[in-house]
Amino acid sequence: MDAAQALADLTEISSQVHQVAILDQDGTLLAATARDTARAERFIATVTPLLEEADRLARSRGLAELAQLEVSTLDGSVFAVRRDGRLIVATTRPDPTVGLIFYDLKHCLGSIDGAAEPHPEPDGSGEPRKATRRRRKADTSA
Amino acid sequence: MVLVAGSVAGSALYRRRSARRLERVELYAGDGSMVSLPDGSVDAERMLSLARDVLALPG
Repeated sequence: MDAAQALADLTEISSQVHQVAILDQDGTLLAATARDTARAERFIATVTPLLEEADRLARSRGLAELAQLEVSTLDGSVFAVRRDGRLIVATTRPDPTVGLIFYDLKHCLGSIDGAAEPHPEPDGSGEPRKATRRRRKADTSA
Repeated sequence: MVLVAGSVAGSALYRRRSARRLERVELYAGDGSMVSLPDGSVDAERMLSLARDVLALPG
C-alpha cells in the first residue's frame, strides 16, 4: 500500500498517536497527519534537531546505528523508527504503551510498498502482535 | 501540624519521583541494544527540551 494508506491504517488502529510523519530515505515527505503541507514541514523541521541530537548521542555512546528512539515527557512522547532508509516519527499522549507504539510504527513502515516485511525487535515490548489487530478509535485504555 | 506538613512533603516527593519516571530518553540500535540517558543529565534534558518543542506544535 502507499504511505498515505499506511498512515491512515496506523491512525485508525492506534488511538495513542497524535501527529505522525513518514519520510523517504532522501527526506521526502511521504505522508503526514498534519492538516496542510506547511504544518507538516514545520513538524519535520522541529523533529530534525531532535533526531540529529539523538544520532549524535547514539554515536557517542557506541550504538551502531540509531534505529528507534523514545523521548517521553510529562506532556507526551516522541517516537521515531528508521527502517530501510525510511523514517516514521510520531507524537503520543503522555505515558503511552511503549511496545505497542513501536510495533505499530514498525508495522506502518513495513506495510508501505517497497519496504521489507515488518518484524518486531527487542524493545521491551513483550510478545509480538498480529498485524491484523484492530481497535476502536475511542478505546484509550492502555 | 507536624503530621500535615509531613504528608504534604511526602506527597510532593512522591509526585516528583513519579514525574521523573515518566520522563525518559531511550535510544535503540538496530541490533537491539539500547541506551537510556540518565535522569537529569545534560543530554537527557536537551533531548527532553527538543521533544517538548515537537509536542507543542499544533496538529
